[in-house]
Amino acid sequence: MTTIEPMPVVVPERRKPSLADGLRNGLPKLVLAPSFAIILVFVYGFILWTVYLSFTTSKMMPIYKWGGFDAYYRLWSQPNWYVAMQNLAIFGILYIGICIAIGLFIAILMDQRIRAEGVLRPIFLYPMALSFVVTGTAWKWFLNPGLGLENTMHNLGWESFKFDWLVNPKMAIYTVVIAGVWQASGFVMAMFLAGLRGIDGEIIKAAQIDGASTVSIYRRIIIPLLRPVFLSAFIVLAHMAIKSYDLVIALTGGGPGNATELPSTFMYSYTFTRNQMNVGSASAVMMLMGITAIIVPYLYSELREKNQ
Amino acid sequence: MSFLQIKNLRKKIGNVEVLKGIDIELEKGGFLVLVGPSGCGKSTLLNAIAGLLPLTSGDIVIDGQVVNDLHPSQRDIAMVFQSYALYPNMTVEENIAFALEMRGVAKEERAKAVAQVAKTLQIEHLLKRRPSQLSGGQRQRVAMGRALVRQPRVFLFDEPLSNLDAKLRVEVRAEIKALHQNTHATIVYVTHDQIEAMTLATKIVVLKEGMVQQVGTPAEIYNRPANLFVADFMGSPAMNMLKGKVTAGGGIALFGNGGVTVPMPPSISSALPAGKDVILGLRPEAITDDGLVDPTARAIAHVEAEVTMIEPTGSDTFVTGKIDGASFTARTRAEVVVELGQTFRFAFNLDKAVVFDPETGHRVV
Amino acid sequence: MSAAHETVSPGSARAARYVIYAALIFLALVYLLPLYVMLSTSLKSLDEIRGGDMLALPGDPSIAAWVKAWGEACIGVSCVGIKGYFWNSIKMVVPAVVISTLLGALNGYVLTKWRFPGHKLVFGMMLFACFIPFQAVLIPMARLLGAAGLSNSTAGLVFVHVVYGLGFTTLFFRNYYEAFPDELVKAAMIDGAGFFKIFWRILLPSSGPIIVVTVIYQFTNIWNDFLFGVSFSSGEASPMTVALNNLVSSSTGVKEYNVDMAAAVFAALPTLFVYIVAGRYFVRGLMAGAVKG
Repeated sequence: MTTIEPMPVVVPERRKPSLADGLRNGLPKLVLAPSFAIILVFVYGFILWTVYLSFTTSKMMPIYKWGGFDAYYRLWSQPNWYVAMQNLAIFGILYIGICIAIGLFIAILMDQRIRAEGVLRPIFLYPMALSFVVTGTAWKWFLNPGLGLENTMHNLGWESFKFDWLVNPKMAIYTVVIAGVWQASGFVMAMFLAGLRGIDGEIIKAAQIDGASTVSIYRRIIIPLLRPVFLSAFIVLAHMAIKSYDLVIALTGGGPGNATELPSTFMYSYTFTRNQMNVGSASAVMMLMGITAIIVPYLYSELREKNQ
Repeated sequence: MSFLQIKNLRKKIGNVEVLKGIDIELEKGGFLVLVGPSGCGKSTLLNAIAGLLPLTSGDIVIDGQVVNDLHPSQRDIAMVFQSYALYPNMTVEENIAFALEMRGVAKEERAKAVAQVAKTLQIEHLLKRRPSQLSGGQRQRVAMGRALVRQPRVFLFDEPLSNLDAKLRVEVRAEIKALHQNTHATIVYVTHDQIEAMTLATKIVVLKEGMVQQVGTPAEIYNRPANLFVADFMGSPAMNMLKGKVTAGGGIALFGNGGVTVPMPPSISSALPAGKDVILGLRPEAITDDGLVDPTARAIAHVEAEVTMIEPTGSDTFVTGKIDGASFTARTRAEVVVELGQTFRFAFNLDKAVVFDPETGHRVV
Repeated sequence: MSAAHETVSPGSARAARYVIYAALIFLALVYLLPLYVMLSTSLKSLDEIRGGDMLALPGDPSIAAWVKAWGEACIGVSCVGIKGYFWNSIKMVVPAVVISTLLGALNGYVLTKWRFPGHKLVFGMMLFACFIPFQAVLIPMARLLGAAGLSNSTAGLVFVHVVYGLGFTTLFFRNYYEAFPDELVKAAMIDGAGFFKIFWRILLPSSGPIIVVTVIYQFTNIWNDFLFGVSFSSGEASPMTVALNNLVSSSTGVKEYNVDMAAAVFAALPTLFVYIVAGRYFVRGLMAGAVKG
């Protein structure tokens, strides 16, 4: 180690941080603050407000009188709510499952050095650009029992063909699934395609040299490597399924009867038309809890991975 | 009085102390190179000098002014970054003039300054291009131009050559050296490449784990390394480190059970008590074949050892010898006839030896 | 490219390719069918719709239904078509997109280049806000807009869309600026540029792609929104999607399928147009919204 020379006697001039420095240091936070405040109040504050309402006796208007768990008790004793939950389960499972299956299938087909990829890709994806209301309107007409698909099949000579799902309380929920899959599966395809393109080509070459067939390369190597895409697709679709409102309203209006009731439509009608605001709030809280259970662990792991 | 002083500088990031009390001084016109392995804190130190990182404690003084609380733009420094950090949306001309523009320099004056710098660096033909249209070497030059145009008190270089290919690196290194010799600018330069440090510096600071290991001229650092770390880090191939014991006659017994005893020049042996365990450091160029022995050397020992590896570089050949499980590397003439597995007669020039204490790792003499 | 080479004989490889193309073309037709039916129905007369086949091309194409949907169709009690609602949507979308994009850009800039202790928590909270079911804020927002005199107004909807779009726009810009070299910001600081100068002169000129992605994403989302529109507006202040739903689900009078479809085409047109013009950016926005972090 070297020895340090004795310090020179001259005292160096020293400058105190000025007000301008303080402003400069605070400016970034000042710029972010309004946005953060907005989120804090209108997202988190409002959520707390809704939670509070769910513990009151509010009917048509908010009443800030403590009602305890009464609203939740009433929510869970509504047959309607059970219909909504059951429909959400049917819709959610089929919607997510079929979207992923079709999306992956088309993505694999598209990944075979397809010449017209530039033409086909936008065709599978355009439904995602449409409003759910437009999608619902289009499919409502397309599946119209008198004039739609059924009529077309009759014209083609298949006289006995019957397709009345739209007005059949047992089957109506499946029409929501069909329209939903049509809208979102192209997007899932795009996610998988991006995942496939991200796989290191050398791995595939190595597998080919090892003698694996195309099918086993997909089954044993490529699809397992796509695990993160499966997860992302699941999260996105699950989140869309729980929030889905417009599609049902436009396609079936929640009917026939209450056959296609979903938690989102339940919440809306109990809050704004049936004047049971506390029950509506309680159902909104249930939806929030459902989404939180899916999203928070995912976001947490995503943000943490990023740091490493 | 020193132009740049760094006094007891400490920097904590989280709970980790990245800089543990750094003291450095640099005279005006000096070329200081901070060198060390990755994670040693050299870049952190440079960023602290630039004002891009707040200090935990200590002072940075430039030309008698404590700059700790000054914004980077007010420190009158310029920095050349590893990635060059050229603004992608501006032309070369605009890149070089940007700092002057921010300081409110009039347009004509800016143009004049840019023209002059462009001439110095011979980049006049590139002024209208954008960074994406430049080669690596050209970008590097523009980055230097951006620093030069300001005529700052101190230039900071953050590994500026690491993104260039090997040939270009040597060329630009020479240019930076020439630039320093012509302008007498004060420069602080960070690198992990010890050859860059040796060729450019007037003063080298070797850092490890946030602590200064040694400060000195390139010759001091190379010939008289303060400790095992510096000895090992500077020089390629690395210095040979041979375990040994001081004999009654003032020599050092090497290789296992003292198979070979090498004599020491009096300047060294006088400082060594007999029976002491030591580590003998000898650079590869101090172990040669007989034909390359320095005729002025006072202490030469010949050692016969088995050859375990031969690495010709063209200009000379590195030969690895082995005795009793201990290996060393010698630098021999290219013409020397050696064969793997054979015994070869090596000449040890012990005038060049440095001796370390194995316990502290510090140099004894 | 991950496409595996065929390791079988050339003949069967060619057969496999025919199957693949056939499957893809079939699927593409299925995806196009609803759009085709929507368009062709909108060009038919009511008689042709009732008597004919949904899949048949219009025998005598006419834009009468389009004209009627735009200017004469009855929505609720007023029969002036959807044009007013279309403009409502435009008036709502443009300011909401501009404001939320601008704020998102600034937020992303601060969260990547001017980090402060706790920046991760702030970002995490803004990110989570993207995903909440809006049902959980519907009642308080309705009360607030009512109290502020903004219910049933375009200004109110702009405000709502800015608030609940902020998370996404911030996410987009944060991820984009995360990859923007810190050294450029440091260089600009040493060169003497301040907070806004660095943003304006260094980052913004390089932000073209992400601005396009964000604008398209926000435009599509806000234009297509139904829940906020139906909750916070009614009658003539409604946006396009709400008007379309009212038109289609009204049960009074004769059901004019061609007019319904024409109105649906109008509602789809702006987003489809954006998608056709800038599909690449649209997909990138969807991906960025899906794969976070």
